[in-house]
Amino acid sequence: MQKPPIDQLIACPKCDALHHARHLGENERAACARCGTLLITPRARSFLHVIALSFTAMILMIAAVFFPFLKISAQGFSHASSVFEVAMAFSDGLLAPLSLAVLMLIVGLPIVRFGALIYTLWPLANARPAWPHARRVFRLAEELEPWAMAEIFIIGTGVALVKIGGLASVSLGPAFWAFCALIIVNALKNAFLSQWTIWDAIGQK
Amino acid sequence: MQTARDAGLVGCTRCGKVWPAQTRECGRCGAALKRVDTAGLQAVWAWWFAGLIFYIPANLYPMLRTSTLAGNQQNTIIGGVIELITHHSYFVAAVVFVASVVIPVSKFIAIAYLALAVGNEHRAGAHRHLHLFEVVEFIGRWSMVDVFVVAILSALVQLGAVVSIHPGPAAAAFALSVALTMLSAQSFDPRLIWRGPARTTGP
Ligand SMILES: [Zn+2]
Ligand SMILES: [Zn+2]
Repeated sequence: MQKPPIDQLIACPKCDALHHARHLGENERAACARCGTLLITPRARSFLHVIALSFTAMILMIAAVFFPFLKISAQGFSHASSVFEVAMAFSDGLLAPLSLAVLMLIVGLPIVRFGALIYTLWPLANARPAWPHARRVFRLAEELEPWAMAEIFIIGTGVALVKIGGLASVSLGPAFWAFCALIIVNALKNAFLSQWTIWDAIGQK
Repeated sequence: MQTARDAGLVGCTRCGKVWPAQTRECGRCGAALKRVDTAGLQAVWAWWFAGLIFYIPANLYPMLRTSTLAGNQQNTIIGGVIELITHHSYFVAAVVFVASVVIPVSKFIAIAYLALAVGNEHRAGAHRHLHLFEVVEFIGRWSMVDVFVVAILSALVQLGAVVSIHPGPAAAAFALSVALTMLSAQSFDPRLIWRGPARTTGP
């Protein structure tokens, strides 16, 4: 049996099964023959889409942080909060570190991810060699993915609105809608993201 | 089906590229290459116990402190769910209950089960184990929803004497517990699911 060259092999990250990259077609998605994990999702010229969507998401996030998020009123009193103030809800006393963590989860890490994707893909989309440290930057974007929780925050907002429901009336500010748009843009961006293609493109000097 | 390990190679769990067995770092994406090894389970258990320890105060201490004209009230996670039920918000009560109780508890059980099953000849159940692992990985972060609810309520509901809400210490314990269990799930190497005892000594 002839051994295929090592650089043409793919090992499934979920079950370690070896596959021959050449056998996995150019335009179809390639799934692991043993466990079904998606190995390659090639999408031609998707870099520009990802850049555009990441950029849009970043603008929306900046808007979402500074515009009013929710406003509450009851019995003549009213109070408005921005997303930043929501994160700062834990800022007094022993809970202060939690404020920082929440700010990172809902604002900081998503922004770092968008920036990292733009940094990685911008030269690649222009058919230039990757910028320095692109490998580390893109790996960071990948590792941060489970910790970027913007979409969970919006579900949390829904739950909070119902909980307040009986106490007072709440109106939704522009930041709420910016955040909703951001979730959709982010989901679209993830659909266009093809890790295997990007790793290959970074590797080409 | 041949695995990278059978072929004397090591596959990158980040990008899928294959390298000779002794390679330390993936030459394509720079990730550290991990051999398929039960030694990694120690990290899984360490994070698991840490997560479990913080889950206890998360349930005992109040998540929210509400002060109204009628007086002060403190709510634990379960207390909050019960209050939602008494207000007939059954759907949201279910969301909070699932996110704060059902998911964390099943996650502890599922990770422990997966880690304990490694090394048993479970080939027939491997697909189901992998599926369970993927569910745990996907759903774990959604438990954080309750922490965000507390943050939103505490930031927003500040209506002077009428009503104001403050976060309780359980919020921090709960957030830590969720983060630690996420780390526990991330340290679990799903490639171990496919390993029986016969193969643990290498090819
Ligand atoms: Zn596989
Ligand atoms: Zn790699």
